[in-house]
Amino acid sequence: MSADAPAWEQRSTARVVSPVQPRKLAKVPFVELADGRLQGVVSSGSDIGRVYVSSVAAGTHTYDCSTNNNRPCGGLYGAPCKHLRLLVDEAVIQYGLDRVAGYLRAEVGDDGDLIGALGGGVERTPAAMVFSRFLRHLTYLELPGATTPVPELHWFPAGVAR
Amino acid sequence: MLAVQLSALLDGETPGVTETLDLVTGFDDALTHGLGRLGGDRAAALAALAGAVSASPLGDRAGEAVDKITAGSVAGDHLTALAGARTALLGAVHDALLARLDTALGRTRAAWEAAAAPAPAADHLLAAARSWLHELAITGWRGVDHDLVSASSQTVEALLAEPRLRRVAVLLDGLAAELAACCPIATAPRVPARRWADLWARAVLLAQGLPADPDPEQVSGRLLVLGVDVHEHGTAVQAQVHGLLEPAGGGAARLVRASVSAAKVDTITGPAVWRLLQAHPVLLGALAEHRSLDLTGMPLLASGDLLWHDDRAAAGEPADPFAVARVQLADALAPAVTPLDRHPVRIAEPVLLEGYTVDGEALVLDGHPLAVELDRLPRCGPLTPELVAASTACIGLVRWDAGRWSVQPLAVQATVKRKPVTAHAGDWALGPTDPKVVKAEAKAGDVVAVLRERAGRLLRK
Ligand SMILES: [Zn+2]
Repeated sequence: MSADAPAWEQRSTARVVSPVQPRKLAKVPFVELADGRLQGVVSSGSDIGRVYVSSVAAGTHTYDCSTNNNRPCGGLYGAPCKHLRLLVDEAVIQYGLDRVAGYLRAEVGDDGDLIGALGGGVERTPAAMVFSRFLRHLTYLELPGATTPVPELHWFPAGVAR
Repeated sequence: MLAVQLSALLDGETPGVTETLDLVTGFDDALTHGLGRLGGDRAAALAALAGAVSASPLGDRAGEAVDKITAGSVAGDHLTALAGARTALLGAVHDALLARLDTALGRTRAAWEAAAAPAPAADHLLAAARSWLHELAITGWRGVDHDLVSASSQTVEALLAEPRLRRVAVLLDGLAAELAACCPIATAPRVPARRWADLWARAVLLAQGLPADPDPEQVSGRLLVLGVDVHEHGTAVQAQVHGLLEPAGGGAARLVRASVSAAKVDTITGPAVWRLLQAHPVLLGALAEHRSLDLTGMPLLASGDLLWHDDRAAAGEPADPFAVARVQLADALAPAVTPLDRHPVRIAEPVLLEGYTVDGEALVLDGHPLAVELDRLPRCGPLTPELVAASTACIGLVRWDAGRWSVQPLAVQATVKRKPVTAHAGDWALGPTDPKVVKAEAKAGDVVAVLRERAGRLLRK
């Protein structure tokens, strides 16, 4: 037995998903790469009870933004609105530029301008699915904690691959 | 841990481990490609796995399962039998490794004496979990797509809502997130075959329903904290405190653990995770302030796990974990291992290492290198690879994975810019103490509060 690193495929604690980077959540509480889209929820700057659901499709780079009640965003005039810009900025903080650009299959120049590389135009996408995923995300915060051990979590050590 | 102990741990193979793991690897390869369409080689690998447990009570069922699966008829019970056989083999590996470690350390361990508890009643939520796990096994990791991953979503949601099923819920949620992140797996450059088979087999067993824990004893006395091991995936965090219990009635100090956990989301990470555990202020205070705790009537399972009640603990005197480890760790009594938990991944034995040199990613004690798990330094605390590299003493957990022993630091004493520095993983349990981290946290705002506000406003509309 040596101190050499063992094969990744044979490790019980092989790291598969990198933990996301911490970021401010006040403006964009929810971002995910799922269902073939970068999608998320942006809190309205003016109405505390309103949120916008914004998304960009992988490959085609079409995008959409609407309120959670499916009213189109007023800021969407043939170019990404401020909500979409915020969504993309926060996604890059959370996952890193490479992972987001890779998921969207976008070519980003040396300037690192991802939003500028997304020129697919507006395509309507129902907001309800993303919004319900956000609500489900929030329900985790309402689950009670536990003091009985969860031995299974030994497979999930905290930390980051180095 | 002395050089002679480390040498006893590292020098030479543990008999039977490599051969047993080869059988497990064969099964894991079959699971990667799916049990629904086994080729000849993979059918032989399953037969070899079943053959290895043929003399055990599982033998008949495992043998029959392989016959049926090879013939193309896969039923739930067959997969359960194979998951059981794989678990039994890794249980044997665990026992051999832990015995070797205990022998090397001269550590005395209690035997498991509780009688087997009766099987629990059937449960429709667990049936849904089993059916997804069966689908995964038939398909194989290489065939898993987004639709199959998202098919678990409602089941996991329902399991999470049931506190008594939290363990299987947390496990399935973690597995599903990894599968989703790797889709399409058919074209992924590599598959974490051991890891996912571990998680799958574990989930299959948990989804049979867990027998009730034997009744805990009530313990009183002084708890001396050694350190904290933090576990985390996107939607769960657990702080597992390792300590020594000095029983009030006298007797040898006992190694015990206290585990507190919470559900979370992926964006709550780093020092913010402690805020999710604030229901246990006495425990977190002991971590942050390096205090002992006075326990009164705290339930303790035979596995060495305290069932933490923060109101049955009171903050005691300051107690330096390094002093505790130096004076008392060598003679402490280690707990028995719960039979179902026997897997190498749970080996996490507290040790003290001193007088070593650091060579890259290993601590070298009298020429014997022990790998350091730098990947396991949690982001919620002050431990960094640089501190480990500058360290001269370390409290850690001895771990084993894929043929290699290693140490996971829980605390280090180091010299930085010619000044002594001590850092413990739990130092920030009541909030960060490093001004740079405090500033970064203040800039990011209270993410837990932001999401709770959103939940309060949007979930109950
Ligand atoms: Zn908008």
